[in-house]
Amino acid sequence: MKPAPFDYEAPTTVADALKLLGSHEDARPIAGGQSLVPMLAFRLARPSLLVDLNRIPSLSGIEEKGGVLRIGAMTRQAKVLASDVVKRHAPLLVQALENVGHPPTRARGTIGGSCAHADPAAELPSAMIALDATMVIAGSGGERRVRADDFFIGAFETALQPGEILVALELSKQQGVSAFLEVSARKGDFGIVTVAARVAVKDGRCIDAALVLGGIAERSVRCAEAERILKEQGATPKAIDAVLAALPLDAVTMDSRSASAAHRRRLIPELCRRAIEAALASQVTP
Amino acid sequence: MTARNVSFTLNGKPATLAVEPRQTLADAVRQHLGLTGTHLGCEHGVCGACTVLLDGDAIRGCLMLAVQAEGLSITTIEGASPPEGLSVIQDAMQRHHALQCGFCSPGMVLALESLFAHTPCPGEDDIREAISGNLCRCTGYQPIVAAALSVAEKNRANLGAAAPSA
Ligand SMILES: Cc1cc2nc3c(=O)[nH]c(=O)nc-3n(C[C@H](O)[C@H](O)[C@H](O)COP(=O)(O)OP(=O)(O)OC[C@H]3O[C@@H](n4cnc5c(N)ncnc54)[C@H](O)[C@@H]3O)c2cc1C
Ligand code: FES
Ligand code: FES
Repeated sequence: MKPAPFDYEAPTTVADALKLLGSHEDARPIAGGQSLVPMLAFRLARPSLLVDLNRIPSLSGIEEKGGVLRIGAMTRQAKVLASDVVKRHAPLLVQALENVGHPPTRARGTIGGSCAHADPAAELPSAMIALDATMVIAGSGGERRVRADDFFIGAFETALQPGEILVALELSKQQGVSAFLEVSARKGDFGIVTVAARVAVKDGRCIDAALVLGGIAERSVRCAEAERILKEQGATPKAIDAVLAALPLDAVTMDSRSASAAHRRRLIPELCRRAIEAALASQVTP
Repeated sequence: MTARNVSFTLNGKPATLAVEPRQTLADAVRQHLGLTGTHLGCEHGVCGACTVLLDGDAIRGCLMLAVQAEGLSITTIEGASPPEGLSVIQDAMQRHHALQCGFCSPGMVLALESLFAHTPCPGEDDIREAISGNLCRCTGYQPIVAAALSVAEKNRANLGAAAPSA
């Protein structure tokens, strides 16, 4: 349970961090350490060099500019959870974060770290996809931007290339109301099934919808057909029945001793119904 | 890897330790300073026995590297206890029989210290959320929650606050 030896550097700029990451074959950034340090302890990760991002001021902070909310990758989950700006601009992110770990893990754990880690049962990837977030990535060749849906590739796999750093997430103002619900063994655990639901209703018509399932496959699953039905038929009780019938239950591949694939498939429709209803009933009008 | 010096504030006093980068903060305070009140249960973030305060916030001592503490302020259970007797939270826990083996207690006390620092009069939900990352194998949590509620009650009386929670 003790990590294998490694070297450690704590740069203060992104440029220096990129240089350090490029200097070692198996260098690795460390953010909040809430997933990486356990991996080091189990020796699932054995980097030769840890590049600590905690001393780089430009990577933390929440800023709203021209209708776009930019959250630095190193911003602590607890800070984002408590942020009024985030609550107004992207309530779904706050709703998702309420399910991520516990106060002590959120005090250290970062927004960027959770996305870069890309645990298939993590809440934030689903929220990022449902909010159509843009991931800002820095590498030796400069900055590039990737849509959340293209960023999350598989289990613990993202569009980040070795040596790159996720520097920020950018969010347009959330369209519509939302809810994030999950079934987990205990509060604060990773989800067995998670649902991010966002519904934008205007003049009785559904103009935008996002329904994203997590914890069921290698990465979060966007329910395209269900979203289409919502947009076509509106968020009426009849439409919701049709939505539930169109959920991608065959996408469930996660099958574990604590939760079989069949169990997860049984949970999904009811959880989706509750999430859509909770979103519609929510008083948060962004 | 060679040891390097790290300087930080520990329990209100300056401390400098020579640590290997792979050493966790919890290991460092236990092994270098003999502060064994910080317990190690799982060593991978699950149990909360290793809880310490970082600038007043409860964090996992086993998930922070000691080298990362440079310049920061850390409080362990030794620093959260008065030189004589018990702190308010410790006293409430004793009165409510909120411990049996005591292995989880330092972590529970610090998780609650962190809660009360932000929220002097928490409600039951706040208390349960605050200790949700701390496992106790003995008490069933009920007496720990009761102890914390009694502290909240006392704070409310002292502050003259009417609201049931913050
Ligand atoms: C008890 C406990 C319960 C938890 N429960 C949940 C839960 O319910 N849901 C959940 O989603 N998570 C949970 N977690 C994990 C937690 O949310 C972590 O904070 C998160 O997974 C990783 O974020 P971090 O900042 O700690 O990153 P680290 O652990 O420091 O890093 C994780 C990985 O991402 C890489 N990385 C980090 N930041 C960057 C960056 N900016 N650019 C490039 N690569 C980067 C690292 O190299 C590493 O590979 C839990 C953890 C614990 C200990
Ligand atoms: S020893 Fe740190 S959480 Fe268990
Ligand atoms: S008192 Fe024994 S683990 Fe909590």
